[in-house]
Amino acid sequence: MKKLLSFKWLLTLLLVVITGYFYSKDGVITSSVVSTALIFGLPLALAAMVGIMCERTGIVNIGIEGTLLFSAFVGFFTASATDSDFYGVVAAVIAGTASGVLLAFMSISWKMDQIIAGTIINILATGLTSFLYKQGHTAPTTSEIDIPWLSKIPFFGQVLFMHGPIVYIGLVLIFVLYVALFHTSWGLRSRAVGEHPGSADTAGVSVFKLRYLNVSIAGAVGGLAGAYLSLELVGSWDRGFTAGKGFTALALMIFGRWNPMGALAAAMFFGLTQAVTNQLMFSQIVKIPDQFVNMLPYILTIVVLAISAGKVRPPAAEGQQYEKEQA
Amino acid sequence: MSALLEITNVTKTFPGVVANENISVSVAAGEIVALLGENGAGKSTLVKSVFGMVRPDSGEIRIKGELIAPGDTGGAIARGVGMVHQHFQLVPVMTVTENIILGDEPKRGIFINMKAARAEVIALSEKYGLEVDPDAFVEDLPVGTQQRIEILKALRKDVDLLILDEPTAVLTPQETDELLQVMKNLAASGVGVLFITHKLREVMAVADRVVVLRNGRVAGSTSPKETDEEGLAQLMVGRNVVLQVEKGEAKPEASTLEIKALSVNDDRKHLAVDGLNLEVRAGEIVGVAGVEGNGQRELVEAICGMRPRLSGEVLVSGEATHDMHPHKVHSMGVSHIPEDREKHGLVSSYSIEDNLVLNQFDRDPFAKGWIRNVAALEENATRLVEEFDIRTPSIKTTAGALSGGNKQKVVVARELSQDTRVVIAAQPTRGVDVGSIEFIHNQLIAARDAGAAVLLVSAELDEILSLADRVAVMSGGKIVAILDAKDAERGLVGRLMAGLSA
Repeated sequence: MKKLLSFKWLLTLLLVVITGYFYSKDGVITSSVVSTALIFGLPLALAAMVGIMCERTGIVNIGIEGTLLFSAFVGFFTASATDSDFYGVVAAVIAGTASGVLLAFMSISWKMDQIIAGTIINILATGLTSFLYKQGHTAPTTSEIDIPWLSKIPFFGQVLFMHGPIVYIGLVLIFVLYVALFHTSWGLRSRAVGEHPGSADTAGVSVFKLRYLNVSIAGAVGGLAGAYLSLELVGSWDRGFTAGKGFTALALMIFGRWNPMGALAAAMFFGLTQAVTNQLMFSQIVKIPDQFVNMLPYILTIVVLAISAGKVRPPAAEGQQYEKEQA
Repeated sequence: MSALLEITNVTKTFPGVVANENISVSVAAGEIVALLGENGAGKSTLVKSVFGMVRPDSGEIRIKGELIAPGDTGGAIARGVGMVHQHFQLVPVMTVTENIILGDEPKRGIFINMKAARAEVIALSEKYGLEVDPDAFVEDLPVGTQQRIEILKALRKDVDLLILDEPTAVLTPQETDELLQVMKNLAASGVGVLFITHKLREVMAVADRVVVLRNGRVAGSTSPKETDEEGLAQLMVGRNVVLQVEKGEAKPEASTLEIKALSVNDDRKHLAVDGLNLEVRAGEIVGVAGVEGNGQRELVEAICGMRPRLSGEVLVSGEATHDMHPHKVHSMGVSHIPEDREKHGLVSSYSIEDNLVLNQFDRDPFAKGWIRNVAALEENATRLVEEFDIRTPSIKTTAGALSGGNKQKVVVARELSQDTRVVIAAQPTRGVDVGSIEFIHNQLIAARDAGAAVLLVSAELDEILSLADRVAVMSGGKIVAILDAKDAERGLVGRLMAGLSA
């Protein structure tokens, strides 16, 4: 545990030094790369929050990919039909919540195997969206909001305060989730339910309700991530365009030890790797075929999982049904 | 005065089993009522109904005259009911404080006020004289301490009725006595106590009234003044039970099992058995007494080849077995009744006849080469079911479908029906009813008299004292004393177990 901790700090220090060095060399490109890292990393971080909220209460959610795809779809086409980015985002969040409620319904009420329930969501999302997809639509996207004063700070201004609205909402959400999980009654109870549901139940906490609540809220967060993808990051929707982000998020959740801050850091590292590679390609410093660059996130996912394998401990009651009555 | 708790005609059925049938029990303020019964008699189900963990099919439960809705745990807590659960309801990765405040956390704004929570836990611990470290993580604490946390959790909200479900199962005799004292103090201050046990000694020591359950029904109600342990046992089992084990003088011969300077690690790679020396002679029972978690499990597993040794030797009739595969150790004549019968003793989804040959299915007469001999299997199973009184519909029934006592009889039958030189019996009667305990004890004595060296490891001091010819007290991974049965007095052994010098 100590080893991993020092590894973490060492890496952070290294990143800071490298960033500082490049910033002194070329401020414009460095700021833009780090800002892009946040833009690439955010959807992964938000998707990892979905996983954390579910798994901390003991529900495995491998349907995040489906939630992203479906909510991005609903968000994009609502925005297109209403000509309003705001309604698009709202619709995406509602769609995400619906997928969360569906997962809760299958895995908590029906006591279905949670892996299968998640798979159903993935298949359903892929099938439905592919079937309903119509080419040639455009939709209004969210526009960048520069925070007054703060966006003028050199480097940090561009990296943190010149983004679309969902980036700000998402970042705040992640910090709120972190504080809530470790410093409020809701967090204590949620973690207890994920570790040992009996302890919560015997203390008068309803395992059933809390699991429903958390999985549904997690769905809403997933909806926001979906809206970000189609309405803020890409500005369009295409079949299967989430490209495994929901699964990568699960790896980041594990690497971040089911801790929102850990997952955020891991997601940002992922985003940075992609941003740096893009920059290197763009400025023709390295010449590698596109295919290899596109493989990068998946290879990193494997590396990340290999590093964390056996070193982390998932919530103990993860994936288990809670039966109140036992003879 | 109306009773504090009134259970009237409660019936609860689980698929295929009637757990409670028309049970009525009441507890008055300041009264200690013991709920006594064999395993599966329905005691836990009944108290879980009171605490809203189980919904009864019919009948009503009133606390201070108020009707409790079925399945309403929060409502029961709000009406002053506290419960200490048989299986600890603690989150291992959280601190003592977090565990105690769970469900009703002190707040500052929307945040948990950890400072206040910690202070509350310390005050609570001092008030009841139950010492705990508020910042320790539960998973790092011994079971005795975890039990204290459970009790503090139950007492936190000034309870009027305290329910304890087999609270003494994992405690040392001293810890048990302390707990019984706490119960008496609580009763004296007006709290009603309902406690479940199958230990007759505890009932006699503290109960004002005893309600005995048998097969889901109230078999009788009495008080310690009107009866004695024999009488209670008879009420519990429904027939005469001989509590005192009758056995002849041991005639020990040559040393069969020798353990020399054995050291073994536990799962967390901490030293659990520390240079232990012990020998067991043919024709004697050596009982290992000790608080659980002092290396007994690791010792047993090392002897049986299930856990690698760090150093030292294990010899069976002079031959080193310490590096052998468990199957090979068994073929050396070492029988093993494992502590966890579900995990190491049986394959629940296999039939009884298969379970009865688990460690010799590949040998004559049960197999010839690759082919199993079904006739021999059936003959063996039919004979053992008869001989060991295993209550089952058929030898084809899966082991998982049996009651705890009968499962254990399957294990005992398999292990003791073979030619054995050494019997390692770990907690052989844990979770087994009084009738079956008597039977298993007699089987162990029969094995001894047939010339086997028997090593009995048990957390039940009474079991050790009544069976063993010599008592080895284990503490901190070492044998701290070996006493002859006649010198092994309860208090002395208890003190040695707790790591105090005699």
